[in-house]
Amino acid sequence: MNGFAQATAAEWVKIRSVRSTAITLGLFAFVALGLGLLIARGFESGGPKEDAVLPVFFGLLTGQLVLVTFAVATVGAEFSTGTIRTSLAAVPSRGRFYAAKMTAVGLTLAAASLVVELASYTAVRLVIGDAAAPLTEWWTIQALLGGWIHLTLLSLFTAAVAVMLRSTVVALSVLLPVLFLSSQGLGNLPAIKPVVQYLPDQVGMVIMHLTVPGDERFGRDYGPWEGIAILVLWTAAALVGGWIAMRRRDA
Amino acid sequence: MIEVHNLTKRYRGGTAVDGLTFTVEPGRVTGFLGPNGAGKSTTIRMILGLDRPTEGTARVGGRPYAALERPLTVVGALLEAGDLHPGRSAREHLTWIARTNGLGRARVAKVLEQTGLTEVAGKRARTYSLGMKQRLGIAAALLGDPEVLILDEPVNGLDPEGVIWIRTLAKRLAGEGRTVLVSSHLMSEMALTASHLVVIGRGRLLADLSTEEFVAAHSGSNLEEAFMRLTSDAVQYRAGGTR
Repeated sequence: MNGFAQATAAEWVKIRSVRSTAITLGLFAFVALGLGLLIARGFESGGPKEDAVLPVFFGLLTGQLVLVTFAVATVGAEFSTGTIRTSLAAVPSRGRFYAAKMTAVGLTLAAASLVVELASYTAVRLVIGDAAAPLTEWWTIQALLGGWIHLTLLSLFTAAVAVMLRSTVVALSVLLPVLFLSSQGLGNLPAIKPVVQYLPDQVGMVIMHLTVPGDERFGRDYGPWEGIAILVLWTAAALVGGWIAMRRRDA
Repeated sequence: MIEVHNLTKRYRGGTAVDGLTFTVEPGRVTGFLGPNGAGKSTTIRMILGLDRPTEGTARVGGRPYAALERPLTVVGALLEAGDLHPGRSAREHLTWIARTNGLGRARVAKVLEQTGLTEVAGKRARTYSLGMKQRLGIAAALLGDPEVLILDEPVNGLDPEGVIWIRTLAKRLAGEGRTVLVSSHLMSEMALTASHLVVIGRGRLLADLSTEEFVAAHSGSNLEEAFMRLTSDAVQYRAGGTR
């Protein structure tokens, strides 16, 4: 194994060896599935077919707050416990350490998101029955794919922000109010929408059919994959910011 | 061997380490002495590449720390014993550290045994006493079987048994031909452990001599008092200078 692979393997040991990982990821699954099922039970067929995936995404986007907490706490613990000094003594290359950490956290987020999303989709289908969104339709696959990318990248974005701020508490105090915008529906207020619709938590809405491009009230000025592209840019910017912070500062 | 040359660290509020030059030779325990806030920890962090020097260089085994491909096989360091995740067990703590440098499970088991932690290795670190955490820190330092060991205030907060354990271990490691640097603010402790002393105050080098010479120069007087006279001009407290 080369140095990067070794460092990444070590980060994976860190993630799986603390109980909070299982607790937060379990809570993420519980909230996403529970809420998805609850909404699915009240689902009435007859509306637009695309509505049949909404229970899945309402659950996932609420559960996302728990997933973000996992991402931020996993990174923040490094700084709050002082583990960072041991880490950098073992892996003196800051770039290698940072890349390894983000890779391990990112892969964990991607795996957790995929499993929970598929489980939630399956559960919601079982409740809704025939009216459910079929996997044979491209728009269902696109929504699920987009939802997965959204959950993974948005959480990775927050992990990188936590590196910049070097604290779980500070990072969550900054991030959670912003991420709550979507659940509060503030993203649809006409006065702030022109700007707010481009925030990282808002750009995945279109692909998940939570908004429709062009709709006057809830619409966005971009299409589904453009939204994902904006999220990629946000994530890339945060990753670069985290790397600059990691490279410069004393441990 | 550790070579420190003109090492300097300035913060906005002042200078923590000021043009420090000294060499730590293999085969003996070198005591790194100074009052609290003298710049010992900052110096050690710069040797380990954790803090960036404002000026000067530090080399370990002839190379800057950051240039070591598997640093733990060259240098083992104990910084603060509390620098670990309270929810992780000793074995898991050592396992992730071992992974970074491609060290196997056998090394983890070996250092657990060496530090007497085998039986508690599966328990989470939050249940450990300070002495056990200190042992875990030592275990991590020994993981790569390194030529150079740097222990920052290893006896702080330890009971007499722990103090003697560290003292014996440091001497044994030096006896095996390794380079051992032990920092402390207690002269009396260093007189028992170290055969060579590097004394600093306010970030400057005050003395670099054998323990014998120091004791001879101050024969008849209390060692701790002699140390206090040596560093008395150098005691000052700074914001941001210590951690």
